[in-house]
Amino acid sequence: MTGFYIPDFSLILPEVFLALSALLILMEGSFVKKRSFRRSVHYGLLALGLALFYLIFQNEAGQSWVTFEGQIKQDDFIFFAKALILLGSLGTLAMSVPSMMKENLTSFEYPPLVLLATLGMLLMVEANDFIILFIGMEMQGLSLYVLAALQRDHPRVSEAALKYFILGAFATGLFLYGVSLMYGFTGATNFDIISSVIRAESVNDLSLSLFVGLIFIMAALAFKVSAVPFHMWTPDVYQGCPTPVTAFIGGVPKVAAMVVFLRLMASPFLLLYGEWQSLIIFISAASMIVGAFAALGQTDLKRLLAYSAIGQMGYVLIGIASGNDEGIQSVFVYLTIYLVMFMGTFACLLSLKGKTPEGVQEIEDLKGISLLHPRLSFILAVFMFSMAGIPPLAGFFAKLYVFKAAISAGLFYLAIIGVLTSVVASYYYLKIVKVMYFDALPETPSASHGQLLVLSPEIIVVLNICAAIILVFFLFPNGVLELAQRAALALPI
Amino acid sequence: MLTSLPLLSITIFLPLLGAFVILLNWGNKQTSLAMNARWVALWTSLVTWGLAVTLWWNFDASSSEFQLQDKFQWMPLLNISYHVGLDGISLPLFLLSAFLVPICVLVSWTSIQDKVSEYMVAFLVLETFLLGMFSALDFILFYLFFESVLIPMFLIIGIWGGLNRIYAAFKFFLYTLLGSVLSLLAIIYIYFEVGSSSIPAALVTPFDPQIQTWLWLAFFASFAVKIPMWPLHTWLPDAHVEAPTAGSVILAGVLLKMGGYGFIRFSLSMFPEASSYFTPMIFTLSIIAIIYTSLVALVQKDMKKLIAYASVAHMGFVTLGIFTADAQGIQGAIMQMVSHGLVSAALFICVGVIYDRLHSREIADYGGIVHIMPRYATFFMFFILASIGLPGTSGFVGEFLVLLGAFQANTWATLLATTGIVLGAAYALWLYRRVVFGQLSNPRLKGLTDLDWREKIVLGPLATSILLFGLYPTPVLILAEASVAKVIDQFNLALEVDGNLLVNPKKFLEVAYLRRGQ
Repeated sequence: MTGFYIPDFSLILPEVFLALSALLILMEGSFVKKRSFRRSVHYGLLALGLALFYLIFQNEAGQSWVTFEGQIKQDDFIFFAKALILLGSLGTLAMSVPSMMKENLTSFEYPPLVLLATLGMLLMVEANDFIILFIGMEMQGLSLYVLAALQRDHPRVSEAALKYFILGAFATGLFLYGVSLMYGFTGATNFDIISSVIRAESVNDLSLSLFVGLIFIMAALAFKVSAVPFHMWTPDVYQGCPTPVTAFIGGVPKVAAMVVFLRLMASPFLLLYGEWQSLIIFISAASMIVGAFAALGQTDLKRLLAYSAIGQMGYVLIGIASGNDEGIQSVFVYLTIYLVMFMGTFACLLSLKGKTPEGVQEIEDLKGISLLHPRLSFILAVFMFSMAGIPPLAGFFAKLYVFKAAISAGLFYLAIIGVLTSVVASYYYLKIVKVMYFDALPETPSASHGQLLVLSPEIIVVLNICAAIILVFFLFPNGVLELAQRAALALPI
Repeated sequence: MLTSLPLLSITIFLPLLGAFVILLNWGNKQTSLAMNARWVALWTSLVTWGLAVTLWWNFDASSSEFQLQDKFQWMPLLNISYHVGLDGISLPLFLLSAFLVPICVLVSWTSIQDKVSEYMVAFLVLETFLLGMFSALDFILFYLFFESVLIPMFLIIGIWGGLNRIYAAFKFFLYTLLGSVLSLLAIIYIYFEVGSSSIPAALVTPFDPQIQTWLWLAFFASFAVKIPMWPLHTWLPDAHVEAPTAGSVILAGVLLKMGGYGFIRFSLSMFPEASSYFTPMIFTLSIIAIIYTSLVALVQKDMKKLIAYASVAHMGFVTLGIFTADAQGIQGAIMQMVSHGLVSAALFICVGVIYDRLHSREIADYGGIVHIMPRYATFFMFFILASIGLPGTSGFVGEFLVLLGAFQANTWATLLATTGIVLGAAYALWLYRRVVFGQLSNPRLKGLTDLDWREKIVLGPLATSILLFGLYPTPVLILAEASVAKVIDQFNLALEVDGNLLVNPKKFLEVAYLRRGQ
């Protein structure tokens, strides 16, 4: 390309806006004398909201653009993913207000870091080039490492943050190595070019280094979505980080990483389907099994939710493994519903005081709270039944579409493993319901047992919206289904 | 005028509306709230029952088609619709569910004292799920209702149950969930075969016999746990014993019938080849259930446990009748389900009546209560006799028809099943003797009062309908006749094809398509 090239900035306006807002909020925090954590959060929410608004406003169904010399792409698939990421960040940022204030984590850097992480995730999903993908991944990764270490004088927190950082860096290394192998073979980092190089040769003629590169890239992504056997960091990090940070780390970034996973498998590596499918089947089955069985004995709520997340990611991977239209749709539906359930569950936990200043930690901290807070326990029970996949709640539909994809692709054994592990997993979700509803209040409760935090309107809004979505999804499933279908059409499968 | 309304859907979702009304009162803790919740639940369930009777009135029993259908697109992209309708097989069970819920509400009137509004909400939500399950004509909708039932039932057992309630609630939930998830996969497979999730469409689709075996087994896992068949019955005694009285009533009265309904609607109608292939297994399991669980019932010390085992035995007759694939057998099975729904409900209420007074279910704690509770003893006697299957009670009609049907299919099976009736008389009469007759030995029994007006209102309609259907079973039988005939016709049509063809699925399919005029 010769001459002066002006890329089309209108396509990445939300990203530019987010970057500027992050810097502005940072400036405001540094220079304005009367700091207010809540005001910074509100600026952050406003920025995310505006970005989302512009994204929806700008979107036109069925269109596909490339810009920045083919490095950034925009289509229905990416639109759905970006909207999901923005919504997730919006909700998680909003609901963290009361507990961040309670734990004295009111550093004004928090909202800008969330914005920058979100920006990184947006770049990840819209990248059409491994370099941009890498930049996005690192951007969100580094912001998240800092977020994890926000409470740095607490030994448990710094341990978790360090673990997260080291393992994250390891995954990055794997990823870069894989990309360099890929580059060595195809001579390109652009997805379209890689795709056409692979298409030009028959699979048997492809060099071994390409497959090794593919496996490295998949391993790195498995790290990011915490799929077995790369899941070890998840329980420790979930447990160690302050709960509001866990709510962010465990939710949106996983969605972004999963979308990237799906996009890479379905777009540049589509023709290697036969090669990667068996790997995905393996990590999917292993994640479901580990997620179901390892969580059974957990007494720590966040550890339990970590294993639950590992299992849930296993179900999403079924969708990728099916490698067809239905699979892509089911991944999107699952991720949407999972994100809502996940945020809602954490919003419930963030509303309660626990034994320790860190808030609710043990399952026992929820003992008998249905007597004190019927509404809150009802909502948490709804999320638990939904995570277990019991109809008529949304979680059932998520699983239904995933299994439908598996059956349509002929993956019967994977589907059978999926339904059986979902029964095992339902045990520990029910355990939480049991603690809340079947158990009496402890005889000698700690002073703060079952006490509510002073709830801010932000968290109440998030809680109620999430609960409403999960409860009445069965009445209005079509909106999400149509979006998912549009997203699937944008991919060349 | 009424026919222009979506009457069936209104009936299904009315209890949900009632539950919502009760929920609106949340927050202010007053005793009057509990009373309001009880009355709202009672009236909602009574009106629902009234609507269900109206449906019965509008139902044309001479037709085997699905009637009173409501249908609209639910997930048009996937060709999944909200589709409900009733035929002669589902209507009796639909009516049974609507009949038992007001009774459950009345039974719990005084015995449930904490979290009353939540309790009533759970029952009303459960009613919606049950009614929806029996009338669903879409696979996904069916599964949705089928499995949703677990949530309210889990809470009912777990929150308001007895001492060991947590174990029982978990066992109930996980056992039945494990059974039903496999049928979800079968449903999805059928969905791809048929191209939509419509049950009427699937009913006329012939499936490859080899695939049928797998689908049949997947559904079997689900229904055999639900009904329950030996050896998958172990969740039932625990759940029954620990559930509150009304929970046991709905569990025995309706939840077990979900399995029987599923066997007729899906296993027998959609997979005739597989059904006939597996019939010997079903017969064997049914007979083991009848004899073995009757023997187990004999040695029980806990009244509820005894009745629970008796339920398993009675359900053995149901499965036996269904898989005779014979008009008398299937009609007998339906009659037996209705009858067992009434009789076991009544028996659990009888146990509940004395449990509320003495807080013990141990048979040994009782004896001689005929001296202080004569009216109770009379009712109890009647229900015990109905459970045995005395002529003149509905229990006799069901068991007799099943045995009649089974006799034509397999004489030995019938012979063995008949011993179950003798054993049934043994455990039921012995239970009665130990509880009601004899000396009033336990001093704590002295203070017991006889039935009050509420308990009479509860037991009266049950006794009346048991007697009515015993003397004049035609209303139920005529209701089911046409639909059962259709199921059997289809079954025989599929099997008329020469046995050799079963080995060659392709040729079999050709013939099947020809015969069904497609």
